[in-house]
Amino acid sequence: MSKMATREAYGKALVEFGNRDDVVVLDADLSKSTMTTFFQKAYPERHFNMGIAEGNMMSVAAGMSTCDKTVFASTFAIFAAERALEQVRNSICYPNLNVKVCATHSGITVGEDGASHQCIEDLATMRALPNMRVIQPCDAASTRAVIRAVMDTEGPFYVRLGRLAVEGVYGEYADDIKFEIGKANTIREGNDITIIASGLMVQQSIAAVDMLKAKGINARLLDMHTIKPIDVAAIEKASMDTGAIVTVEEHNIFGGLGSAVAEVLSETRPCIMKRVGMMDVFGKSGKPEALLQIFNLTPESIVAAVEETIAKK
Amino acid sequence: MEKSTHLQLKLFAARMRKLIIEGVYSAQSGHPGGSLSSTEIFAYLYGSKMRVDPATPENPDRDRFVLSKGHCAPGLYAALSQRGFFDPCNIKDFRKCGSMLQGHPCRACIPGVDMSTGSLGQGISTAVGMAMMGKLDKKDYRVYSILGDGELQEGQVWEALMSAAHYKLDNLSAFIDFNGLQIDGKTDDVMSLGSIEAKVSAFGWHMIPVDGHDFEAIEAAVTEAENTKGKPTMVVAKTHKGKGVSFMEDQAGWHGKAPNQQEYEQAMAELDATLAELEVQA
Ligand SMILES: Cc1ncc(C[n+]2csc(CCOP(=O)(O)OP(=O)(O)O)c2C)c(N)n1
Ligand SMILES: [Mg+2]
Repeated sequence: MSKMATREAYGKALVEFGNRDDVVVLDADLSKSTMTTFFQKAYPERHFNMGIAEGNMMSVAAGMSTCDKTVFASTFAIFAAERALEQVRNSICYPNLNVKVCATHSGITVGEDGASHQCIEDLATMRALPNMRVIQPCDAASTRAVIRAVMDTEGPFYVRLGRLAVEGVYGEYADDIKFEIGKANTIREGNDITIIASGLMVQQSIAAVDMLKAKGINARLLDMHTIKPIDVAAIEKASMDTGAIVTVEEHNIFGGLGSAVAEVLSETRPCIMKRVGMMDVFGKSGKPEALLQIFNLTPESIVAAVEETIAKK
Repeated sequence: MEKSTHLQLKLFAARMRKLIIEGVYSAQSGHPGGSLSSTEIFAYLYGSKMRVDPATPENPDRDRFVLSKGHCAPGLYAALSQRGFFDPCNIKDFRKCGSMLQGHPCRACIPGVDMSTGSLGQGISTAVGMAMMGKLDKKDYRVYSILGDGELQEGQVWEALMSAAHYKLDNLSAFIDFNGLQIDGKTDDVMSLGSIEAKVSAFGWHMIPVDGHDFEAIEAAVTEAENTKGKPTMVVAKTHKGKGVSFMEDQAGWHGKAPNQQEYEQAMAELDATLAELEVQA
């Protein structure tokens, strides 16, 4: 199976599903990186470069959406979810407008650009906004499904995409897959513990599940692509069936997927859990794979977290 | 401008000013100063110029308005209610629990409000988005917006101005309410803006300075804006903050303060007298 970055799948999906008058795409001088350039080539009249002015871009997107448009606004996650946070809040979320903030270059696998460009707080900021829904697909096929779904669902969305080419979890880009916003997908069945992951940590977790199997541990793996609204039923069930949960995210352990799962567990069916993620530190320059090692976002560290958690059951 | 139209607009403005004071007094909070300085601009747009219809507030062909300086909601609500978007009696519930009239304009809850605003600098960007879509859809609606002069200190305003010029948005006309005051005092003391006229022109906008309380000057500028092709127009409207209420005029202190009962009575007496004079002429 060929590798493809979720940003590339995003660019392709915009072209594939964007052949409609209401779809407009904005970018902030990063269209070659966010891959909205594909859409720009296909439908130049509906692609607008807003220059290096992300705050303005988000508010412009809001204004456009009031003219019966479905607006996609793209830049790097750090600039979408943090530079322009207040514009996303006040111009887009408060009036509940039809804008899809599709942010690429999330997490540390941005690589060589280093910490200034490695966004590890966007799940926290975007999740905190009323009316905002937050999705992080793990591969090309699920990105295609996500883009198709958000294009047809009114209201604000934050879609968290990555730079690094990743292995398919559901198949190739063009495969039609079962995907429902807000419904976690079970990637591996198991009853000893549940690993809840999103984004490219799903792939890391698949490797971890296989390693655990060799040790006689049957881990369930959920792809929690929708971080908000999160799949409460799947988390409750995981707690009841397996009694232990490890969350894995390419994000600070504060405010992201792990926090969202902990919120659900503590109010429903508490069980022992552990968060794997960025341990409240900034990233740094390097090859993505090397950074995943340095910051313990590897199958090995997931295995270690699982063993530690199971021991506390 | 026809004499009768001029008088009608003056009446519209005089009634607006009463509603502004009414709203801020009953809420015991809100922003009278900038609402009163923009009253003639609101009155011209909603009392005469804009193609909007309270029966079809969502009509895709309507002209749009974005109050970029959203704190002047009392001015916008006074104009909308007089244009028939809702009953002016709602204004006594301004800022109260359960009222649709939120402290700052709310698109989702108030008929006729095209954009939620309140965070300075963002409204003008949303107006740019609306104007861009007017071009894309080849519609002939126009987009209007009012900015504060203090608001110009927000960097986003200049991002918006740059993008409007880049996309040649000649369907966009904005106003700067150049009253020289913001919360902490004179704009020149808080953070001097230099020449607003030169800056706006340098950003590629057609710039027209006017007396912001003179309907004929406002109309001439708006007409000139319509006839200006290939670039957006900024009407730099010299105004007096608190205009129409003697003790509020040119006082930074009345930016966001409600009158007490005695002040309210004096303000209303002054505004009633102005209105009565106009009604005699009508
Ligand atoms: C981003 C932002 N910062 C601060 C404020 C608080 N604030 C409300 S009104 C105001 C002063 C505005 O002055 P100006 O734009 O000149 O308005 P006007 O004089 O017309 O009332 C400030 C700082 C705000 N609403 N938004
Ligand atoms: Mg001012």
